Amino acid sequence: MDSALSESRPVPDGPRAPLGDRASNGLKIVVVGGFGVGKTTMVRSVSEIRPLNTEETMTRAGVPTDDTSHVPEKTATTVAFDFGRITLDEETVLYLFGAPGQERFWFLWDRLFAGTIGAVVLVDDRRLDESWYAIDRLEHHGTPFIVARNDFGGPRHSLEEVREALDLDPRVPLIDCDARSRRSSKQVLLTLAEHLQTLHGAHAAAPVR
Amino acid sequence: MNRPGTDDRPDRLYTLTSGRSRPSREDLDLVTLIVAESGPTAGLSSELAAILRLCVHPTSVVEISAELGLPVSITKILVSDLLDAGRATARHPRYTASGRPELDPATLEKVLVGLRAL
Repeated sequence: MDSALSESRPVPDGPRAPLGDRASNGLKIVVVGGFGVGKTTMVRSVSEIRPLNTEETMTRAGVPTDDTSHVPEKTATTVAFDFGRITLDEETVLYLFGAPGQERFWFLWDRLFAGTIGAVVLVDDRRLDESWYAIDRLEHHGTPFIVARNDFGGPRHSLEEVREALDLDPRVPLIDCDARSRRSSKQVLLTLAEHLQTLHGAHAAAPVR
Repeated sequence: MNRPGTDDRPDRLYTLTSGRSRPSREDLDLVTLIVAESGPTAGLSSELAAILRLCVHPTSVVEISAELGLPVSITKILVSDLLDAGRATARHPRYTASGRPELDPATLEKVLVGLRAL
């Protein structure tokens, strides 16, 4: 189970750094990938709070049945995910979600991650096949994304080979990263943001360097 | 997922929400920020009181869910109750209404500047 919920939930250790009172606009970025690829590690590297985890319990929506209508969600599916937070300015808060990419979790996306500004597909190049489905679904949803290869002790393939193996559109950025590093994880998010800027044709805006 | 107590959770959750499985509001997002408009009062359930205490400062639905250890769907129902009662207000994300974000250049710039400042 790709979940921190299989471990006991830590008791909150006092008041968490609260948002400022003017905080009003939440944004979402999702880090998606297979089990153990480093999603939570990346969230932890850049989050201003210790990553939290929660879960969604849901029945498959819209399947009315006569015989179970009075049974309280006995057949509910539970999916766990981690998240962290980055305050961007007084009003704007970016939430980073680490979400499992396996096929059986994708019904989450419509319910939870609609409206995400973009996604990072985190890959392990020993297990690229675990990313195929996520990439396919992101393309289907029209969610902008980049691909970041996490460093597991030296790459086994060139980035060109990874791009080919993933059948990645040449316009989709593909970079190396070390999810344990704040600087590297920050660069991943910046690469996504710059990709969004490209997609939105915002190059006319004066770049801030 | 073999935690002790897992089997009885649906019943507990069912009780918490008086058997409801949907919130009264469909517009609550994971990152909708909730702000308490009043403090907890006698008679309020411990969960609703805990939400009001958390939301002294703006707090997202997903953070409320994590802090209370409740699934997102249950959290949304409880938050909706507080909103309906006027005990809390919601600050909705500006780019999810259509389900497809339309990031304006100004917000995108905020993202870039904020991330570079990390």
